[in-house]
Amino acid sequence: MKCDYACNSAEHNIARRNFLGQCAAGAGAVGLGLLTRPAVAEQLAREQKKILVINMAGGLSQLESWDPKPGTDTGGPFRAIPSSIPGVHVSELLPHTAQQLHHLGLVRSVNTKENDHGKGAYFMTTGRRRTPAADYPKLGAVTAKALAKAGESLPGHIHVAAGGGGGRSNDAAYLGPKFASITVGGGKPPQYSTPPKGLTDASELRRQQMRQKMNQRFALKRRTAETDAYVQNYEQARNLVRQRDVFDTSKESAQDHERYGKHDFGQQCLLARRLLEHGVPYVQVTHSNYDTHNENFIFHLEQVAEFDRPFATLVADIVDRGMLDSTLIVVLSEFGRTPKINNRYGRDHWGTAWSVLVGGAGIQRGAVIGKTNANGTQVTDREVDGGHLFHTYLQAVGVDPTSTFDIGGRDLPLADPSTESIQEILA
Amino acid sequence: MSEPTVSAEKVVKPQPKETHVAAEWKHESPLMACRFDPQGRYVFAAAEDSSVVRWELSSGAKTIFKAHDSWVRAIAFSGDGETLLTAGSDGRLIWWETAAAEPKPLRSIDAHAGWVWSLSVLPNGKQVLSGGNDKLVKLWNIESGELVRSYAGHESHVYSVLAHANGQLALSGDLQGQVRQWSLETGACTRTFDAKTLHTYNGGQGVHFGGVRALSMSADGAQLACGGLYKATNPLGSVHDPLVMLFDWESQKLLQSYIAEGLKAVVWKTAHHKDGFLIGACGGTSGGFLLFWKPDAPKEFHRFKLPDIVRGMDLHPNSLQIATAHYDKTIRISVMQPKNT
Repeated sequence: MKCDYACNSAEHNIARRNFLGQCAAGAGAVGLGLLTRPAVAEQLAREQKKILVINMAGGLSQLESWDPKPGTDTGGPFRAIPSSIPGVHVSELLPHTAQQLHHLGLVRSVNTKENDHGKGAYFMTTGRRRTPAADYPKLGAVTAKALAKAGESLPGHIHVAAGGGGGRSNDAAYLGPKFASITVGGGKPPQYSTPPKGLTDASELRRQQMRQKMNQRFALKRRTAETDAYVQNYEQARNLVRQRDVFDTSKESAQDHERYGKHDFGQQCLLARRLLEHGVPYVQVTHSNYDTHNENFIFHLEQVAEFDRPFATLVADIVDRGMLDSTLIVVLSEFGRTPKINNRYGRDHWGTAWSVLVGGAGIQRGAVIGKTNANGTQVTDREVDGGHLFHTYLQAVGVDPTSTFDIGGRDLPLADPSTESIQEILA
Repeated sequence: MSEPTVSAEKVVKPQPKETHVAAEWKHESPLMACRFDPQGRYVFAAAEDSSVVRWELSSGAKTIFKAHDSWVRAIAFSGDGETLLTAGSDGRLIWWETAAAEPKPLRSIDAHAGWVWSLSVLPNGKQVLSGGNDKLVKLWNIESGELVRSYAGHESHVYSVLAHANGQLALSGDLQGQVRQWSLETGACTRTFDAKTLHTYNGGQGVHFGGVRALSMSADGAQLACGGLYKATNPLGSVHDPLVMLFDWESQKLLQSYIAEGLKAVVWKTAHHKDGFLIGACGGTSGGFLLFWKPDAPKEFHRFKLPDIVRGMDLHPNSLQIATAHYDKTIRISVMQPKNT
């Protein structure tokens, strides 16, 4: 349904350019942000749990990361190194992360039975298989709705990208545009977040007072789900303009820029830390690209090496700043890569036996769940899929995945009711 | 095919257009690189099981050399052929007795911090160059195993090294397509060749790709060939074309860009034949090929399709036989002669 409120006023243009460009709201976009058990929601908001997801786009090889199999027919050229979890080895491409692993945990038995990029990503980020029959909100949207504090001024669902940003995605399904992701990047404030030149505080105040007065009068007789969503987004955009420095990594020290690395991913991790520190409930950073059908090993050497130090630095900072108990950290992909090495030194899509890193809030420190066989071709213990993981992520941050959202009077489950959390990894 | 013996004595003049596979032997793991020993008795191949395999050309007898704990990327020999040198992704350089009945490492050193991609023995037969992912080129004394000198200056992984026939110079090519000429004596980089066409940075995929995969010189020292790939529109998906850039040694002018129309592949190795043509081993989504180019034309004058994708190649000291290492776990010996000669 298309929103009809494009009045083309200066104020609305500012807001719309920021994240109302896709204000086409779903029919159920009530956007009141309430769990059916409000007391739980209030408790969560007080504790300010957060989720950090690193999306290894294209499909990180589990053999070149979390579940190496050196010396086997599938092992490839990289060796395994010991991690800070006794007896647990990871790829030699991860020397820095290996030293932080005791703060985190691994699930080495993921079998999504899905080798398609789009379907795999959907399963891993919504916890449900993609079907034409229904669309489900992504983890970030669910998190934003479940964990955001009432009246929170910053968006609750932020994707950090290499380039610019400012757009709002259509990834919240029936939760509505308020919980859809906003993309920021480049270590700079979002596009169009600078107030118009010449606009004084006094005149801005008058403009807003007039707008609010007209909104209230309009709402008395013609309030709808869409008007509520629009007003909420507009107010959030105004708050974001006031807090644009939150997105500005130039405020961080030169030493931190050096520690994280000046390449895109390093800067994205630094921005992620900044956003988490400012209480954003869901931050996702994408590192690309791992879809290595060709020359898997030189590309993983290049990519994983780039990932390792900034990620390990981010984990260490989260620990040092006392945020680990409140921050769930996840490193996921849409799938893993084939154990069999193809004739171009590549590995292909593989949803059958791969790994996800998960740690921090609600997760046992140093837990390693599940196993694959000697050369990584099968899960041999505790097989799980995207549904189990989705439940686990929510439960780890204190959200009951079996609870429901009240969407326009309908109770809609937060997660797939047919599956459950991985209890043994939870703290 | 059974395991035929290969007789070098029967053939005299190479006839590239008559090239055919004369022998093939199997291993248990895909093969990557291969070399004939200087005396032409054996062919050696590196496999994905981290072993090096030796086959006796006259009998096909197979022997395993196992000491590396990662893939072997480069194979070389001392001047007298009695010492085998292997190096690989474990950063190690290992010495072996070439003809050992039960091979054991004679010496093993940590040569580079990261992968070693290439080895090249100097004309004196007593020193060997190595190049690796630590962006360094190193010169080693084969007899003592001592490091003679390091050559620093590359800004990316060193994929190929080559000792010049004059014994005074070394050449090295890297991921970014830079070829450096080094004075072995002083360690100075005295010239660079621009082979950047062989490098691609794909911003969408966020990857650097290509590099100088092959480096060889003509027998008279007049020409330098740099092999690899270009037009890499999809590096992660293996969409790229093979390319060899041929430079005039003295003027550094690009004499020729050897291509292979219609093939999606990379040139893994090049070899200058003493009769003046260049052989390229080419493998990729299009399959495995031996390509034969003459200096005066960019397109090959002969294309020989191999039964499987090729990853490594070497020219026999008799200049008639070509060994190729294949993904299908097979080493193939092709002969540039008509069948039944």
